[in-house]
Amino acid sequence: MREDLATALADLQEEAAVRIVRERLDGGENPLSILADARRGMETVGRRFASCEYFLPDLVYSGEILKQVSEMVRPRISQGLKTERLGKVVMGTVEGDIHDIGKDIVTFMLDVNGFEVFDIGVDAPPDKFVDKIRETGATVVGMSGLLTLAFDSMKATVDAIAEAGLRDQVRIMIGGPQVDEQVRKYAGADAYGQDAMAGVALARQWTGVQ
Amino acid sequence: MEKRPEEQIKERVQRVEAAVALKVPDRVPLVLSFGLFPAKYGGISCEDAFYDPVRWGAALKKAVSDFAPDMYEGVRMVPGPVLEALDCKQVKWPGHGAPSDHSHQFVEGEYMKADEYSALLDDPTDYALRVYMPRVYGSLEGLRTLRSLRSWLFGYMVAPQAALFTRPEVTGALEALIEAGHRASRWRAGIRTLEKDMAEAGFPQFTVSSTYAPFDIISDTLRGMRGTMLDMYRQPDKLIEACERLLPVLIETGVGIAKHVGNPRVFIPLHRGADGFMSVKQYETFYWPTFKRLLLALCDQGLTPCPFFEGDYTSRLEYLRELPKGKVLCHFDRTDLVKAKEVLGDHLCVMGNVPASLLQLGSPQEVREYCQKLVDRVGKGGGFIMAPGCVIDEARPENVKAMCDFTREYGVYA
Ligand code: B12
Repeated sequence: MREDLATALADLQEEAAVRIVRERLDGGENPLSILADARRGMETVGRRFASCEYFLPDLVYSGEILKQVSEMVRPRISQGLKTERLGKVVMGTVEGDIHDIGKDIVTFMLDVNGFEVFDIGVDAPPDKFVDKIRETGATVVGMSGLLTLAFDSMKATVDAIAEAGLRDQVRIMIGGPQVDEQVRKYAGADAYGQDAMAGVALARQWTGVQ
Repeated sequence: MEKRPEEQIKERVQRVEAAVALKVPDRVPLVLSFGLFPAKYGGISCEDAFYDPVRWGAALKKAVSDFAPDMYEGVRMVPGPVLEALDCKQVKWPGHGAPSDHSHQFVEGEYMKADEYSALLDDPTDYALRVYMPRVYGSLEGLRTLRSLRSWLFGYMVAPQAALFTRPEVTGALEALIEAGHRASRWRAGIRTLEKDMAEAGFPQFTVSSTYAPFDIISDTLRGMRGTMLDMYRQPDKLIEACERLLPVLIETGVGIAKHVGNPRVFIPLHRGADGFMSVKQYETFYWPTFKRLLLALCDQGLTPCPFFEGDYTSRLEYLRELPKGKVLCHFDRTDLVKAKEVLGDHLCVMGNVPASLLQLGSPQEVREYCQKLVDRVGKGGGFIMAPGCVIDEARPENVKAMCDFTREYGVYA
């Protein structure tokens, strides 16, 4: 019986996952179906994280395993990989704040859960958010900030999005260690997320995905 | 009648110590942990605060005298001129990669590589000198070219190895160290004057000495968050061994300065062991054992560890009951304090936790309501200290004032 890649990934079995992928590639299997299994495994990881069975280390480790799997599989994919995407999200750390770890984890989880994420980096001024929303037609915006200085930048960014006439087009979520309901209200965002999976849940809800 | 400064200090220290010992002081004590709030309040830029100890000192003094906490925290700053002399890569500071009106910011990275545990474990000093420091400080890159100083143990024969120190990259590094040292000494002199002035004004400092949980040092400044989390899976034994190896170093760090300055309280900011950062099982495996021994060792020395449980620690509260009763001051950030009081109330002093969001965005009335809830529910029976939950940078002054005034008035024990 063929060992299950999705299970190996979900259970964070690095060696097994890598071995299974190698065997399946050697067996001439369609790389896209391998990636699809990996994605299913990651969905389980996400669910376990959301239900507090997994925590950040597990998420980070799963990301590392997935990276290896992707690196093995991608060279075998002939034409550009076309996966169906659930929706577009513009994600960035707001102006004045140069931290990326929180943003990167949220971006990663959105990505593996099927969203097309446009990461505009750290210390991103309001205009950069606005331009990216225009350019991509994204309907979800995520803003991250580690320090309390980010509260004002979050508000300025939401204001700029409104001024650009894009407020009705997007739902906005914010997050960071000191972000709470009070910050959400002040910034004028639609929601705040405690962690990366909360971000995924919000994006799903807003784009009408079950 | 105004009390004399020495009397005020005594009174304030006693108030805090009573709370730590789970007694009922005359009123709820008040501790303010300032970040760059004093700069903003005093009308200087954060860049000024990082470069001018006189103006930073004046700003801090103004904030402390205006809000008059029982103890203040807030001279723990790595000065800009020192960072500059060493060309520090690990942090961006106001005017140097960070906006001049905001706090310094850490540059997350894998400053120690995955395969360097053996080097660290084998000889931490050598590892620091020849591998780690050159990576973190641009000006010290030349130290990379040194050979291990261990060979100096062989006696007079190796004296010619002194030649290594004449290489331009090494002399450059040594000169940078000397320059940074002079700048640090000048800065420290300024801070000492400031502390003396504050003492003369009747304000004791919360903590001078600080140390860290072993796991956090590895996660913060050595392997980085990602690296450490991967190590938990790929090389857990090495990670644990490194925590063990660093434990005595961290005990020594905390004890040394506390004894030297005669302030028994030791600040321990806690970073990556909180809820969300790892499971309870991982906490038990990687974090708690060496952290607990650190706290016990400090207590054994007659010191008062003051761990700052950053983030949310609600699911780990039970562990803290393993610590000696009335000997540790627990500062909480986003932990539910009512729950903390329930679990720890008869065992350890609880401090916190007016949220940053409230102090920055709320109204004075909202702040008073929050503080009232704390005094009523957490302050009951003593063993409680009012403080912000988060190091404060951008709070509204009227809100900080509301927190302080309210605590002084409403926090009086009948
Ligand atoms: C580890 C840590 C450090 C480390 C390094 C961290 C780093 N890489 O920058 C060290 C020790 C070097 C450090 C230094 C300092 N720190 Co610090 N630090 C922390 C700590 C404990 C955790 C930060 C962290 O690693 N987070 C990990 C990431 C993955 O989490 P995250 O960013 O929160 O993101 C998650 C969620 O928030 C959410 N999320 C984030 N963004 C978004 C966006 C969306 C849309 C959604 C849905 C969700 C979401 O999902 C993410 C993943 O689950 C926090 C407190 C805390 N528990 O959060 C304090 C904290 C950030 N630090 C603080 C302070 C004061 C400092 C210092 C100034 C201290 C000093 N005097 O030197 C310095 C410099 C500031 C800095 N950090 O750059 C304060 C901030 C103060 C303020 N006013 O803002 C905090 C809040 C602690 C406190 N309660 O006082 N720090």
